[in-house]
Amino acid sequence: MKAIKEKHSLAMRWCHWVNFPILTIMIWSGMLIYWANDIYSITIFGHTFVKFFPDWFYKTLGIPQRLAEGMAFHFLFMWFFTLNGIFYILYTIISGEWRELVPKRSSFKEAWLVLLHDLHIRKTAPPQNKYNGAQRIAYTAIIIMGVGSVITGLAIYKPVQFYYLTWLCGGYHLARIFHFALTIGYVLFFLIHIVQVILAGWKNFSSVISGFEVVNEEPKPAIQTVNDDEDAQ
Amino acid sequence: MKTPNKKIKKELTIEQKINRRNFISFGAFTVFAMGAFEGWRWLYKSPNETAGITAEAHRPLRKALNKTELFFKRLVFNENHLVKTYPKEMAAKRVRYNSDIGIEAKNKFDPASWKLQVVKKGGEILQVSIDEIKALPKTEIIYDFKCVEGWDQVQHWAGVKFSDFIKHYQLDDYAKMDYVGMETPDKGYYVGIDMPSAMHPQTLLAYEVNDKPIPLDHGAPLRLIIPVKYGIKNLKRIGTITFSNTRPHDYWAEQGYDYYSGL
Repeated sequence: MKAIKEKHSLAMRWCHWVNFPILTIMIWSGMLIYWANDIYSITIFGHTFVKFFPDWFYKTLGIPQRLAEGMAFHFLFMWFFTLNGIFYILYTIISGEWRELVPKRSSFKEAWLVLLHDLHIRKTAPPQNKYNGAQRIAYTAIIIMGVGSVITGLAIYKPVQFYYLTWLCGGYHLARIFHFALTIGYVLFFLIHIVQVILAGWKNFSSVISGFEVVNEEPKPAIQTVNDDEDAQ
Repeated sequence: MKTPNKKIKKELTIEQKINRRNFISFGAFTVFAMGAFEGWRWLYKSPNETAGITAEAHRPLRKALNKTELFFKRLVFNENHLVKTYPKEMAAKRVRYNSDIGIEAKNKFDPASWKLQVVKKGGEILQVSIDEIKALPKTEIIYDFKCVEGWDQVQHWAGVKFSDFIKHYQLDDYAKMDYVGMETPDKGYYVGIDMPSAMHPQTLLAYEVNDKPIPLDHGAPLRLIIPVKYGIKNLKRIGTITFSNTRPHDYWAEQGYDYYSGL
């Protein structure tokens, strides 16, 4: 028999779907800003593996010569990004949903088993409640990254007024590097997240919109038991 | 039309419950998604502001920049928060040169005949020579100069504190106004600075870099060094100084940049 199993709270779904377009705009406007001083690359022993970013990349996305516009968008949507994040964190703490989210001691070992299972090396996945160990780690990490983006962002946005944040980030240069690296982190997270969501299927995806999943429950045995007793008499 | 013998409240079947909740949630999701998309299109296609003191920004974004300015000006700015300073050895020997707007080499300029013009009430102009400025108490600063483009460089500047200059020439009444405006002699570059930032203890009218007189391409004979602002506000070759209660015009604010541009 079908039954409704509650999965995601309305607040969690709201924050998730509000964050998605806002973060997209923040990443895009951030690239408009970064372009004006695009000095980062991955260079090891003098060999540059990746340049952030190649010219074809800028051209395809229409990035060049839009610094002022990028800043204007970035410094509007930063408010929504931050407020949505604060709301989510407060909600998660107050509602107690953090219990389903924060990694437990066993999560790290479990995450390893999940990884082996996802890579088809191991046949069975460890049993889980709402989130498995890998999800707990990933979804907690992404929140910490969000906090990191706000802190490093403020550290390079107002390095005089928030000098303590700039100090905390290891200075203006490091703060800008962290701010950039976190953004690359979001993109990587997004790619893996999308693959996992596709693999998990429609039922899982739909629950992040509707809040519930449909499960098959065994018919309640209590009635049968009574009937059995009656039959026996 | 009443059907009294029918049950008014009928328990929904599980299928009905599932369908109802899916309809509501997916419906709401679609409506919100379309609303968000329309909202974004509206913002992205919104017309630019009417060109005035500021220009070239989408109208709603300019509004947001100005509101954000108020937030940081009123709630965050603290004149006791000083820009981090560095030891002299860390200062760049070759100071980065980024722009010559307002000081183009092709335009003839004779530093020897230069005088700073301070416009006072009633059009009276106070003229100050570079020697008179050099006679005022000298302040040095070695700090990280930050460009709006994202680069920065530790630089060593020296000159008179803007607040010392105000005090010496008894311009205290002018310093009670809201803004200072500065322009190059050819009026090609100009900035507007809010008074608290101008009166910040690290704001200098600078005439030396690395212990030598400022070269022409860095704004000889006198330039603004205002560490609480991005480089775009650090006007080279100051010609005139004005005071006002409204925003003076500002070169980069007319090109879509934030008027405040404070750090």
